Amino acid sequence: MKKTTLIIMAGVTVLFLLSWIIKALALEGMQEDYIKKAFLVTFSAFLTLSILSFLYRDNPFYKFAEHLFVGVSAAFWMSMGFWSTIVGNLIPRLSQNLSVFFKVHYIPGDFNFRFYIPVILGLLLLMRLSRNYGWISRWSLAFIVGTTAGLNFIRYLRSDFIKQISATFVPLLVDWQGTGHFFSNLDLSASGQLVMMLANWTIFLGVMSGIIYFFFSKEHTGMFGRASRFGIWVLMITFGASFGYTVMGRISLLVGRITFLFRDWLGFNI
Amino acid sequence: MNQNTNIFNKMMSMDRRWVFLLLIIVCVAAYFAPFSIPILIEPEVERVYNFVDTLAPGSIVFLAIDYDPASLAELHPMTYVLLEQCFRRNIRVICTALHPNGPSMAENAFLEVVDSCKVDKTYHGKQFMGREVVNGIDYCFLGYKPYPALVILGMGTNFRLPFPADYYGRPIDSIPMMKGIQNYDQVACVVNISGTSGTEYWISYGQGRFGFPLALGVTGVMGAEYYPYLNSGQIFGYMAGMLGAAQYEKLAENDGKAVVAMKVQLFAHFLIIFFIIIGNIGFFMDKFSKKREGR
Repeated sequence: MKKTTLIIMAGVTVLFLLSWIIKALALEGMQEDYIKKAFLVTFSAFLTLSILSFLYRDNPFYKFAEHLFVGVSAAFWMSMGFWSTIVGNLIPRLSQNLSVFFKVHYIPGDFNFRFYIPVILGLLLLMRLSRNYGWISRWSLAFIVGTTAGLNFIRYLRSDFIKQISATFVPLLVDWQGTGHFFSNLDLSASGQLVMMLANWTIFLGVMSGIIYFFFSKEHTGMFGRASRFGIWVLMITFGASFGYTVMGRISLLVGRITFLFRDWLGFNI
Repeated sequence: MNQNTNIFNKMMSMDRRWVFLLLIIVCVAAYFAPFSIPILIEPEVERVYNFVDTLAPGSIVFLAIDYDPASLAELHPMTYVLLEQCFRRNIRVICTALHPNGPSMAENAFLEVVDSCKVDKTYHGKQFMGREVVNGIDYCFLGYKPYPALVILGMGTNFRLPFPADYYGRPIDSIPMMKGIQNYDQVACVVNISGTSGTEYWISYGQGRFGFPLALGVTGVMGAEYYPYLNSGQIFGYMAGMLGAAQYEKLAENDGKAVVAMKVQLFAHFLIIFFIIIGNIGFFMDKFSKKREGR
């Protein structure tokens, strides 16, 4: 290890300890477990700064925070799955003795043999760990994939296909949603006839040109080509809107971290 | 290569770390600056507020908190302000978290809002006396279960199917608030505050199958994605990102973190737009110079 790296690590350790002590002194008398709380806040600040340090360049602090995050997340998700599903849902319906052991409320009379099916499928899934019998896990996987495909088929057909297509069938020149007859309400309010009509035309032209852009069975020339060109503009505007929202989202995350660092860690009263 | 080309080349190849540094400086400066910006209310946010605000006391709002700490900055303000509005108006809340990290988010929000409700406050000229919001009477937190689609479908039959007990291990039937509550039929609306694709499950498996009124609060990144569902009537209201949260806070006259964050957003966006313009000028001038030099 380089001498500079050692000096930086020692400096960060000293700063961490100093911050912990100062935070603990600040929290003393306000909270019962102030030493633990001070450690958690300081450690959170350290991890935040470690992740942000990647903006400068890759470094051991960033790597430590990244690996810690991945490891803790995996362990936490597994733990949540076990305690909420196997202990929370399955055991109270299977066995009174196990319910007592895991300290969960037994549901008498709710026993049904079908509850063993997910147990068996779950165990089969674990066969993946065996080199010789790993193929058996495919039965469980097939069940998961088949069920998901079946459920999603109906779901997409109803909510993302039929309903979305229906929503684009909008009248272009007639009275809509009680806004009055054509030309009777041409004010510029959001609910006015004119704005509604423009919105409907935008939806109609946007959908049609967008579809034309993705229609490759005919050469994109002439009128068809112009419609396709308009389609790409519609797509770009959509992506632009998404990009704008994404920027807002990322800045929001930065604001969240700034709030944490300055208010919770450094104690600024904003 | 002339001097102009050098400047444009420099503009094009500016070290991105300068951009990050400037952005952080601007954000921190704007955060501490003592000013506020006007926030315009959009109809889709107002519809959520009005819906909850006109519910009769004792009604039930189902709140699905499906986000993790990564989305906390954007979505926590929505959860806070919505929960406080419900509790102040004696509207009961059933809550689930169908994301593994969601329970800690929900618990944190409940603890803080329950504390906040102990204090007298005035909103829209009406005084709300501080009161003790009780777990099991005013709200019920069911917790987390994996596979959102199956959980949402299960709750449509009976909340007890996927959640025999609440997050704290109490059998559902022993919770006073849940007496006589079977499924979505007893719920006035579902509000899904989400940073995940779980929102799609609420739209298609929840609203599509059971027909309850659904409102969404999503992160900025997801913002543009769910507007079509508003147009098709599958959702009745929509809050997108920090802006949606700030608008709701303004409507509720309960300014919080989102309203403060909007002034930072303003200056950060100005800076980003400035860099986009600079980058584009550099790109086109560089191209123009090369063309003129015949390269």
